[in-house]
Parts: sequence; structure tokens; C-alpha cells
Amino acid sequence: MTNVENSKMTNQPTTSEAKWLLRLYVAGQTPRAITAFANLKKICEDYLDGGYQIEVIDLLVNPTLAKDDQILALPTLVRKLPEPVKKIIGDLSNTERVLVGLDIRPII
Amino acid sequence: MAETNPNPQPVADGLLKAPTGIKGLDEITGGGLPQGRPTLVCGGTGCGKTLLAMEFLVRGAMQFDEPGVFMSFEEKSGELSKNFASLGFDLNELVGQNKLAIDYVHIEPSEIEETGEYDLEGLIIRLGYAIDTLGAKRVALDTIEALFSGLSNEAVLRSELRRLFRFLKDKGITAIVTGEQGERTFTRFGLEEYVADCVIFLNHTVSQQIATRRLRIVKYRGSAHGTNEYPFLIDRQGFSVMPISSIGLDHPASTERIPTGIQRLDAMLGGKGYYRGSSILVSGTAGTGKTSLAAHFVDAACRRGEHCLYFAFEESQNQIIRNTHSIGLDLGQWVAQGLLQFHNARATLFGLEMHLVAMHRAIDVFNPAVVVVDPISNLVAAATEAEVKSMLCRMIDYLKMKQITAFCTDLTSTGGRLAWTQVGISSLMDTWLLLQAMETSGERNRGLYILKSRGMAHSNQVREFILTDEGVQLRDVYIGPGGVLTGSARDAQEARDKAESLDGQQEIERKRREIERKKTAIEAQINDLHTQFEAEKDDLDRLIAKEKQRGETLALDNRAMAKGRQADELTDQQ
Repeated sequence: MTNVENSKMTNQPTTSEAKWLLRLYVAGQTPRAITAFANLKKICEDYLDGGYQIEVIDLLVNPTLAKDDQILALPTLVRKLPEPVKKIIGDLSNTERVLVGLDIRPII
Repeated sequence: MAETNPNPQPVADGLLKAPTGIKGLDEITGGGLPQGRPTLVCGGTGCGKTLLAMEFLVRGAMQFDEPGVFMSFEEKSGELSKNFASLGFDLNELVGQNKLAIDYVHIEPSEIEETGEYDLEGLIIRLGYAIDTLGAKRVALDTIEALFSGLSNEAVLRSELRRLFRFLKDKGITAIVTGEQGERTFTRFGLEEYVADCVIFLNHTVSQQIATRRLRIVKYRGSAHGTNEYPFLIDRQGFSVMPISSIGLDHPASTERIPTGIQRLDAMLGGKGYYRGSSILVSGTAGTGKTSLAAHFVDAACRRGEHCLYFAFEESQNQIIRNTHSIGLDLGQWVAQGLLQFHNARATLFGLEMHLVAMHRAIDVFNPAVVVVDPISNLVAAATEAEVKSMLCRMIDYLKMKQITAFCTDLTSTGGRLAWTQVGISSLMDTWLLLQAMETSGERNRGLYILKSRGMAHSNQVREFILTDEGVQLRDVYIGPGGVLTGSARDAQEARDKAESLDGQQEIERKRREIERKKTAIEAQINDLHTQFEAEKDDLDRLIAKEKQRGETLALDNRAMAKGRQADELTDQQ
């Protein structure tokens, strides 16, 4: 879980080439959260070709963000960039639906 | 009416209750909603679920120092603030004081893509955070069913809802959960399955074009509660429930008497008038003088310096003042002095309970000693008779509790309507005056009698009720061989009587004179006889004297003769 621990907690993308800003909301390191993060990581690597940034937000640490970002179900993945904002809930195990939700076209 | 206790009242079974502070609701729930448990409020669209939930929080924050979290799934917090500002609740201020938090949960199915397993931990964290920040004791979820339209996995939702309610219970939160009425169930998604402690059902029906809101407590685990459908209303001061029967019959009874404003009527009521705090009903057909009787009573009360509240359902204030001028009463001066207040409204303006609450409110504000309702029968136009009865019952109980004398007029139509009054409200009334039109020989006259008057000796006589320039006057009716006569028939009869008695007197006079004459005649006769007798007696006397003289003369003559003959000296012969 070092990936989750080390992930950025800021809103600003730090790398200029990051076209994709994805935020994963979880509550503690539950098995479901770990699964979700692993699934997300894999999808990004497979389809986004490096130009992405993932922020993991633990609502147990930052409970106010649940209200501010209208989080209901966990885990929730929010596509902050590119706009418009999109929301995907669940552990991201259904790759097809994640791709539809993130509006990613498979690389040919 | 709703005397709320600032502290939750422990009841016999140890169930703590969180007072709602809502007028009447605490009475029928026996102290409030179950503390630390969720309560389901369900009903159709526009029946007041959101209002009830919000008022529970607002009153909790303002009156009982229990902060609350309102989680809205339908309306944004800005919309809520605006909506409730019209009801007199300043949500923004409460939010500013950290007594209330409003959290709008936005659910848009089209924006949410479900990819695998999830739970509602986010919602629980959100709610938990808001509760912990405020130290909230109360929560409203309005309406959580929106989740069902936003999220497709119902199995997850149901188990998560169960978890949510357990979470609230563990936190000791008194919660109100609202739910839309389903076709056959109380809520469309069967929320009652999870919220099993207390279920309140609201409904909103329209009958005869008049809408009535009603509230019913379907279930209240571990507590006794009123089971009726109670009318309630929503107005500028929020929610008010009218308990029909929670008020007991333990109001005080005053022995003080207050004059009726009509001397003769006082005399009929044991000489002193009505009891203070009693209820008086005047029934009669149209134009028998009910309002005039009421006006007299009001006038008398104002004269004593008491406050009067006049609910008029037929006439406007100015009309009543003008009309009572014609019987010599100036009610306008009492209005100007602030002793008399009119509340005029058409009976059909709104539903009964709205009338009732409007009346309650006016009474609470003005605090009168006398309340006039003129006429109660008009209220039937707004509801069924049974409803009117229950409303009046509550009204009169309330007035009795406050020791306010109630004066009600009741318009009865000729033909059986009195019977309605009899079964309807007569049992509630302490004094019942009946005004009757008596039609004889081409004219209508008014008669008044006392049908009943509890706890005092009262006249059983019919009095003629006359409206004059100097006010109402009561006169004895003519009761003679020709029956009860009033009006000109009475005048005619009285004239006839007078003539008859004059005749009689003249006859007696004549007889007396005749006797006098007879007496004189007899006396004259007696005198005659007397004179005759005297004359005869005189004759006799004269005869006797003459005889005596003759005897003496004879003796003298004899002596002289003897002397002459020189006879022996005779001794005196006498």
C-alpha cells in the first residue's frame, strides 16, 4: 500500500504533462479500497500512457471533503481533469464500465 | 396550548422522549419522539414532511438546545433557507450559530457510473462528521429514498441503510426520516422496514374543495400515543397539530357571575347572569336577535373593562357596529379603546382547523375574558357536522381551561335544525337560550326562553324579546285563556282586558249606587215609621195627661163640692 501512502493530496497537478487528474476517495485502507486502487492503477497504465495523476483521499482523515465533493458511496473515483467532472463508484473491477465512465477510448 | 417541557420526560417504561416543540404533537405522542431512535414521517407529495422534519430540528436547536443536522436529498440548502424564511425560520442564522447544519446531498443518476462493489461509507462519514462538529442530537434525512433512484444496487442500499440507522442509534441521535407514500405501503421503498420505532403518517385530503391536513401516529413502539387522525395545519408559525381528545375534563369552575347586559335576562338567570368561564349558546332562526344579544353581552363586558374577542363569520366589523347602533349600543368606542377586537372571516375561507388555530392564536394574543362566536352554525359550510362538533368541543374545552366565557350563536332553520344542535353541541353548553319567532295574526314576534342553565335557578317563562332604540327589552308575554300572545295581539288582548275590567268596575259602581239608594229609601221609611210612632205616642201621652187632668179636676170639683156642702174633711185621696 505504499502507493496509497505516497500519493499526492493536493488539488494541483504537479506535472505539467498530466492530462488526467483522477481522485480516488476511500475511507481507510479497507480491502475494497486497496482493490479499487490496484484496479485504477492498472487501467491508467494500460490506457492512459503515463499522462495521468492519481490522488487518493482518505475521508477518515479529511471528512469535510465528503461534503464538499458530494461523496456518497465509497470508493468513488472522480475525474477532475479533463473536464467535465465525472464520478464512478465501486471498486473499479468492471474495466469496461470504468472506461465508459472515464470516457477513455482504448488505444488502437 | 402546547406546553412543552424543556427536558425529555421519562415515561413509565423508561423510554426517553425528545420533545418536538411543535404545537400539539408533543401532546399526542406523550412527550415527543423516541429519543435516540429514528422516526419515520411518511405521506404524499406536499403533505408537510420536510416542514415537520425541519421544524423538529429548528425547535430542537432553539428551544431545547439540541443542535441538528438536516441532510437534504432533494432541496439545496439555499432553497431550504428561502422556503423556511417564509415560515418565520431563519435557517442561516441558526447555521451561523452552529446550531444547525444543512447538508445537501446531490444525487444525479446520469453522472454516476457503478463499477463493482461499493458501500455508503461516504454518506455515513459525512453525516458523522456533521454530527460531531455540532454536537448534534437530532438529524433529519429528507428524503433518503432519493438514494434508490440514484443508485441501482438495491441490495447494497438496503444493507447500507440498515447500517446507517444502526449508526444513528449508536450515536444516540433522534432522527426523522421522511419517505414518500407508496401505493400499498407507507413508503415507496419500504423504509418502515428499517425505521420501526415510530411511524407518523401525514395526509392531505380535499373534501368539498377544502383541503385538510391530517396526522396519524401509526406506530410508536414502547409508548402509548393518540391513535386518531389529528388535523394539523401549516401556517406562518409552522406546524400545529390539534389534538381532539387529549384535553381532559378537569377545567376549573368559577362561581363568579357576570351580567348578561340585559337586566331582565339577569333576573331570569337567578338574578345574577351567567357563570364566568361557562359556555353560552343562543340558538334561533334568522332575525331573532342573536347578534343583538351577543352585542349586549359584549357591551356589558367592555363596560366592566374586560377584553372581548368577537369572531364574526357573517358580518364585517363595521356592519356589526352600525347595526348595533340601531339598538342603542356603541361598540365602536370599545374597539377604539382596545377592549373589543373583531375577527371577521368567511367560514369557507379555510378549513376548520385553520379556523381553530386562528382562533387559538387570537385568543392567546389578546387574552380576552369573553369570546363571541357568531355564528357557529356557519362553520358547517367548511366541514361536516361531525368535524364541526369536534372542533367546537376542542374550542370550548380550551376556553374553559382558560376561564374565558364563550358566547356562541347558532342559526337554526325552521324545521328540525334544532335537533342538530341538540345532538351536536348542546351537551357542551352550560347555558342555552332559545330565541323563537312566534307567528300569529299576521305578524312575527320574538320570544326568548332559557332551555337550560346549569347550576343556577332559572326562569321557565317565555319572555317577549323586543328590540328597541334603547336596546333589548324583555317583557312578559300574555298568558290567558287565548294562549300565549305577543306583539300587537298581546296589546289588543290587554286593551280588551282593560275594557272588560272597566266594565266590571262600572257595574260595581252602579250596584253600589243602587244599594246606596236603597239604603236611603229604607232609612226614609224608617224615619217615617218613627215619626208615625212618635205621633201616636204623642197622642197617647196627650190622652193620658188629659185623663189625669180630668181626674184631678174631678177631685177638686168633688172637694169643692164637699166644702160647699160642709162635709167632713176628706183625707187626701191620692
